[in-house]
Amino acid sequence: MGGFLSYNTLVVLAGCTLLGLAAGTVGTFALLRGRALVADAVGHAALPGVAIAALIVATLGADPRALPPLLAGAAIAGLLGVLAVQGLTRTRRIREDAAIAIVLSSFYAAGVALLSWLQSLPGAAQAGLSKFILGQAAAMRAEDATLAAGVALACLALVLGAFQRLRAVAFDADFARMQGLRTDRTDLLLLGLIVLVCVSGLQAVGLILVVALLVLPAATARLLTHRLPRMLGLAAATGAVAGGAGAWLSATRPELPTGAAVVLVAALFLVAALLAAPGRGLIAQGVSTLRRRLNTETEHFLRAAWEAQEAAGAGPGTAGDRWAPIAAVAAARGWSRWKVRRLALWLSLRGLVARAEGHVHLTPRGAAAARRAVRAHRAVEHHLLAAGAADIGSADRLADLVEHGLPPEMAARLLPEPSTLPASPHALGRQP
Amino acid sequence: MTVADFLMLDLPPLLAAILAGGTCGLLGSFLVLRRESLVGDALSHAVLPGIVLGFAVTGARAGLPMLAGAMLAGLLAVALIGLVQRATRLDAGATIGAVFTTFFACGLVLLEVTGARSVDLDLDCVLFGQLETLVWTEGRSAAALLDPAALASLPRQLSLLSGVALAVSLAVAAFWRPLKLICFDPAYAAALGLPGRSLELGLALMVAAAAVAAFEAVGSILVVAMLVCPAAALRLMTDRYTTQVLGGAALGAGLGAVGYLLAGPLPAAMGLTLSLNAAGVIGTLGGLLVATAALMRRAPRVRANAVA
Repeated sequence: MGGFLSYNTLVVLAGCTLLGLAAGTVGTFALLRGRALVADAVGHAALPGVAIAALIVATLGADPRALPPLLAGAAIAGLLGVLAVQGLTRTRRIREDAAIAIVLSSFYAAGVALLSWLQSLPGAAQAGLSKFILGQAAAMRAEDATLAAGVALACLALVLGAFQRLRAVAFDADFARMQGLRTDRTDLLLLGLIVLVCVSGLQAVGLILVVALLVLPAATARLLTHRLPRMLGLAAATGAVAGGAGAWLSATRPELPTGAAVVLVAALFLVAALLAAPGRGLIAQGVSTLRRRLNTETEHFLRAAWEAQEAAGAGPGTAGDRWAPIAAVAAARGWSRWKVRRLALWLSLRGLVARAEGHVHLTPRGAAAARRAVRAHRAVEHHLLAAGAADIGSADRLADLVEHGLPPEMAARLLPEPSTLPASPHALGRQP
Repeated sequence: MTVADFLMLDLPPLLAAILAGGTCGLLGSFLVLRRESLVGDALSHAVLPGIVLGFAVTGARAGLPMLAGAMLAGLLAVALIGLVQRATRLDAGATIGAVFTTFFACGLVLLEVTGARSVDLDLDCVLFGQLETLVWTEGRSAAALLDPAALASLPRQLSLLSGVALAVSLAVAAFWRPLKLICFDPAYAAALGLPGRSLELGLALMVAAAAVAAFEAVGSILVVAMLVCPAAALRLMTDRYTTQVLGGAALGAGLGAVGYLLAGPLPAAMGLTLSLNAAGVIGTLGGLLVATAALMRRAPRVRANAVA
């Protein structure tokens, strides 16, 4: 018995993995074309199709549990759902999001009504139909999994065959149309692919969550790369792992709905990508924001220290060999004592200033950086004053805003040496 | 059918259908006008983990903790959708799809983990809606309608539904003009100094409350149908704001009543043994209503391949 069971489980696992692979691939194009949620409408719309197919099969006296007729019913209903979405959008009054919501809810409601009617009929026409709602890979037989895998493989082949067209439509449909491509046909192909994937995923993932199989891996991949081939590969891999892991989880714990397990595994991937993706991830974005803020504050500190030394008698344009009180820096920037001490510590760790007895002194490296900052700031101030963009009172703040947009090499080229400039047009906050 | 039968078996579900339909229909217009129909879809799925947790914490089907948990989950979902969208600049639909499926999946797993499913939080309520299970055991005669003790034994879903319906109607009446502005011209509303963010949040809160209150009675998918179908049908028929919003409520309530009566009581009264899931019939009617409105409008004669 063990041998048979493990064979069945293996086939189901392989089927779900292939399914995830196909869903990731199709989902990539659905996402890029802005059609991801059509899958939601298709999934929900499948319910009445399954119910009617079960009814017909049962009336004909065949085995109502055979999968192919049920899936055919689901596919037909799913296509009708897609057509209904398109029909409603063509009224121009109902936008696509509303059309999707209408179709998914009313088709599903019709399915619910049909199911309740089937239950009142003699015979077992409705038996096991509710497993299509939440998915139950554990109940899949080997031949069901093979069927799902076959459909998934067909999707994969179609995507690869129509790769160029799909890519053109996904990125710039108008341009593709102007180039003479039949974009409406390509869109139809994409919708067909979405229906196929949804239908093949019905038994494993269930119709409510089948949309996640298309959206989550594709969104994960979108966060990780900007290149389509890489995105396709990543989405397919994520989908495959999610499908396989989800099916395995629910095979070991049959009370766990497969759909939920698959979705949660895929969601974990998305959360990881959301946090840790290079460039677009939240951590990377947070780090770059912090670094930018720290750089700005460093520059402000150095400049304030320079100007404090300057005010202490070193003469305009040179820092001299004076110590500047930290309190003067804080007053010039309007910083709290705690913040200015923190910055002073950080800069002394970086070797830009020396600290002693509440005073700072610019090291040679610090002086060079301060010089750059002062130069940029004064020049911008004077440019602003000369251009009449600011008066003396507002030049300081406006220059702060402008100069942090200038990269250092640009500042070196554009801005004159501070020694050639007149003294700062604004007084320091509070002279010590 | 006797009066007692009607009061005990048909009145509570009929009232629930009308209240749920009316509340959702009222709010639906705002969603449709603001092009946020899918937020209703997302919210009605995303409240599941909140409901399960609210149930798990209190261990009872008390209205308020479940309502609070569900509202929290709904707001969390809306906030997450916004956050993910800002952080990743992904397509809006994809973000919504990613967030609500994850929440729903969490809810399903929590349902198993907390054992709530085996106690009495029935998954079928969520998936199909169980209007028929609402019964009023004390409604033995017409006199019970005036008897406070008997009225107190009405199903608790009804009191939750009517409370939410009342609160939502009051809020819509109080914020009639601001809501109109954020529907049609958010930029102008912002220029006038209206707190657009708070209004949007309030709208999301009301939708979440309506979704939760209607959840157990009519099921999660049906909440979507009641939110979108009446509003979309009216969108095809009228350009007047007042007609749109109030008509949406009336249409929703009407759909609820007609759908419930068609599902069971009418066929039974005609001697048929047909008995359908009422929530399913109501949702189907909603879809048919939109389809009829769309067909009656006679789509403008332009080449329809311009915008697919």
